[in-house]
Amino acid sequence: MTAASPTSPGTPTGDEASPKTTPHPIRELLLQRSLLGLLTLLLVSVIVFAATQVLPGNAAYAVLGQTATPESLAALEHRLGLDQPALVQYWHWLSGVLRGDLGTSLVGQQRPVGELVWPRVLNSAVLVLLAGVTGSVLGVALGLFSALRRDKPSDHALSVLSLGVTSLPEFAVAIALVFVLATNVLHLFPAVSPIPPGVPPWQEPSMLVLPVLTLVIVVVPYIFRMMRAASIEALESDYVEMARLKGLPKTAVLLRHALPNALPATIQAIGLTFLYLAGGIVLVEYVFAYPGIGAGLVFAVTDKDIPVIQFIVLLLAAFYVFVNIVTDVASLLASPRRRVPR
Amino acid sequence: MTADPVAVPRVRRSEFGHVLRNAVRTGRGRVGLGLTLLVLLVAFVGPFFTPYDPTAYITTPFAKPSAIAKLGGDVLGRDVLSRVLDGGWELIVLATTATLLGVALGALAGVYAGYRRGTPDTVVMRAVDVLLAFPQIVFVLLLVSVVGPSAWLLVVAVGLSHAPQVARVLRASTLDVSERDFVKAVEITGVSSGRVMSGEILPNLITPLMVELGLRMTYSIVIIAGLSFIGFGLAPPTPNWGTMINENRIGLTLNPWAAIAPAIMIALLTIGLNTFTDAVTRVALGVDRGEADPPAVASAQVPIAVGAAEETSP
Repeated sequence: MTAASPTSPGTPTGDEASPKTTPHPIRELLLQRSLLGLLTLLLVSVIVFAATQVLPGNAAYAVLGQTATPESLAALEHRLGLDQPALVQYWHWLSGVLRGDLGTSLVGQQRPVGELVWPRVLNSAVLVLLAGVTGSVLGVALGLFSALRRDKPSDHALSVLSLGVTSLPEFAVAIALVFVLATNVLHLFPAVSPIPPGVPPWQEPSMLVLPVLTLVIVVVPYIFRMMRAASIEALESDYVEMARLKGLPKTAVLLRHALPNALPATIQAIGLTFLYLAGGIVLVEYVFAYPGIGAGLVFAVTDKDIPVIQFIVLLLAAFYVFVNIVTDVASLLASPRRRVPR
Repeated sequence: MTADPVAVPRVRRSEFGHVLRNAVRTGRGRVGLGLTLLVLLVAFVGPFFTPYDPTAYITTPFAKPSAIAKLGGDVLGRDVLSRVLDGGWELIVLATTATLLGVALGALAGVYAGYRRGTPDTVVMRAVDVLLAFPQIVFVLLLVSVVGPSAWLLVVAVGLSHAPQVARVLRASTLDVSERDFVKAVEITGVSSGRVMSGEILPNLITPLMVELGLRMTYSIVIIAGLSFIGFGLAPPTPNWGTMINENRIGLTLNPWAAIAPAIMIALLTIGLNTFTDAVTRVALGVDRGEADPPAVASAQVPIAVGAAEETSP
């Protein structure tokens, strides 16, 4: 009754993407998805550009704010190229981004955007990777465990717990963790994680604990619920029933018959974890003063530093599209029905 | 039985009432509704019972709870209890407006795409794909970034960020409903497609619509409170739970209530809404029927996961 391919936002709707009888159905699929992804990114760039540069109250006004005089406004508009037609501005910006020329920040010492953002990308990548791997493993394992012990007390406890934790805001979880583990009850970890510039985050492991833990707590319930549902479906399918009736040992039924069919769902669950993290890092990095692109985006929005906003939003969208493509292709490849060309 | 265009919607609507009533009878439904109503009560009745003016300085910064201030003082020495009582209603009003806007927009687009198919479908769904390439909070931040924070922009931005996800879900449901016999029967009588959509399709989508409303409401609260938390939501000095957590967390060791109390309110509200929505979903899908917890239908669980699947970008 609901969407056939509900899990990944980038999925083209319907089933039109089934590989045809060509020598390389997988390569064709990958190519098709990548082209669609590129098209999506191009449209995303139009939206990003339109929202930040063309809307009334443009960048120059945003930067100068109350202190703007007509002369200073005109001068800055000229410097930013805002006096040119929107299409020309867009082309300048896009071709700049494609060449790696990201412009300069509008605030402070007006350093190049790349210089400001790339170190933050590394920090965020570490955070996302740690939280993503931990969250996926934990969510998938708990989901399977719960499905196997269906309707037993442990399953009920996990289900109720996940329902309670699902949709708790990141900042509420973060505050609770700081209260319990950093400031009031126990004093195990630092309450903030301001990794110094130039220091790779893995050299400050204690600072990573609370941000990672917050993200994991928020994301695991989703993955858990999805995995539990998918595993139950696989366990109750006819072929698993058949294998069981045939008298196969329990572990063989599970490993050979049930699990392979839950694999696409697992892949999608992992994809979802990373999709969530792309947005989740924004608040979590801000709470913990963790110097990643999420916190960078918040500061850039506060300062109305438009080139930085544009680049970070584009980066996050590119990550989103990339994860979608990988998830889609991987889960199609993993589903036994799709592997056989028709 | 199929061709009575008036009777069908009426039956469906009462069926939804049935779903709601049964949802309230389940344990989850009762807990969810109870928590939600409790928070709503505090948020909307509380403002009339604040011991002090929520913006008045009545004690020292981060004063411990005492007879004067039951929950102590906040970062500027204002009464935490008064601010908690007064800090919810605006958040909830904005979140509700944003949710209604987003679900309405998404439902329109989704039903239209799903019923018309063909080119309109392709166009709408392609737009949905593009909008879904932004994490929800990033999309809202992008819109807020240039125009600056304001209540109406917040509502529009959050509403817009919900629309694509709602459109996806309702398109799928529409595809399903529009294949049914009674829709075909009405179509044969020559009724315009607009009438078919509003008179036949929409009344049959009430359950998915309500589930979406519940889900989106939870996210609206999370996002708007989150934006207030990072300083792009509602402007100080008017209290609101999101801002309070942020401004008071530096005093966590001195007076934890100042940050923890608003966090508890937000958490209770999201837990309540989410639990109640889950109860409605389960009853609608036939997993739960009132008191007992009958052996669940396996596939019935999957659409709950579908809900979870849409929840990637709070």
